[in-house]
Amino acid sequence: MARYLNNILLALAWAALTGSFTMSNFAFGLVLSVGVLYLATEQSNALGNITRLVRILSLSLLFVRELVLSGWRVARLVTSRDMKLVPGIFAYPLKVETDFEITLLANLITLTPGTLSVDVSDDRRTLYVHAIDCSDIDEARRDIEQGFERKIMEAFGR
Amino acid sequence: MTASLLNYCAGVLILIGALYTLTASIGILRLPDLYTRMHAASKSGTLGSCVMLLALALQATDLSIALRALAGVLFFLLTVPISSHLLAKAAHGAGFGLWERSKLDDLKTAEEKLRRRTSADKPDPSKN
Amino acid sequence: MTGEAFLQLCVLVAFALLSFSLLLTVLRVLMGPTLPDRVLALDMLVTVSIGFIAVTGISTRAAFNVDIAIALGLVGFLATVAFARFVMIRGDSVDEKIDGDHPDGGGKK
Repeated sequence: MARYLNNILLALAWAALTGSFTMSNFAFGLVLSVGVLYLATEQSNALGNITRLVRILSLSLLFVRELVLSGWRVARLVTSRDMKLVPGIFAYPLKVETDFEITLLANLITLTPGTLSVDVSDDRRTLYVHAIDCSDIDEARRDIEQGFERKIMEAFGR
Repeated sequence: MTASLLNYCAGVLILIGALYTLTASIGILRLPDLYTRMHAASKSGTLGSCVMLLALALQATDLSIALRALAGVLFFLLTVPISSHLLAKAAHGAGFGLWERSKLDDLKTAEEKLRRRTSADKPDPSKN
Repeated sequence: MTGEAFLQLCVLVAFALLSFSLLLTVLRVLMGPTLPDRVLALDMLVTVSIGFIAVTGISTRAAFNVDIAIALGLVGFLATVAFARFVMIRGDSVDEKIDGDHPDGGGKK
């Protein structure tokens, strides 16, 4: 997080100096600040910043695809004549650790096909997920583990 | 020419969004219990509104309107999972059970295990 | 010009579909056997309304519609959160008072 503070401060400074606080100007300031930091700091650090940005972008792309897919699946389910439902709540062992990552994972799970996060256990090791199709729990677990959780760990893990 | 193309795109997008919203409300009406209904509301409903806001952004003449519509989409995607997660947790905590034909409920078994353990632990110190 | 006509047609169809889904959602608010069901349906009502406002914005081309949609989203979010706290604190007892008995009541804590 502290790494991005510099970017945001520089972008704020840019917006203040040019005297217009529009969204597009702020975004332009962000782009400029990335370039400036790339020039000013040692190269490895700035490059890490950029690869991280790319990973966050790929996470968001995956998310958009899953969101559209989930809407489609719900639509097909509710318009079919006999709804084949095997709902249930299953426990998912968490690998991510920080509050931010758990929150992000829970939110992403809620918006993806057939799953909805219900609760986190008190020791923050288990996430309880309601699934609309519990016929193959192991596969559902594997989907989360190799999809979102891996991407989140790549993008935000240290 | 591009304006006409944008109009076509926006029209198709609002049709898709309206259809998604319609399936979400059909799901809310047809699905058997609170948690399955929540799937319909939180996925299809959100997607429908977001697609329609996207159409608004696409078709807006002013850049600031388009950016505000995109910010609205982002805001929506952030808040909807939080509210539906909170509602599901609250309902489960208050004791609203799942549909009787649900396959399993790990959360309930975990809670019962915890309760059994604490109630089994309690008599010990009072005895000694 | 044809693009404009197509857009207006789409707006009309979308209004019809959205009105129908508002009707279905209101049915769930009236029927909903338990309190959380009604809360969920009210949340859905807000979502459909936001879509409605977006389509209105496209058809009238008035700039303030986006602000209304965002404000409504914020209000709906806060309302659902408040309702969820309400359900969490005393959902079970309130629900029994409203409907007598419900089939999927589950055990009390």
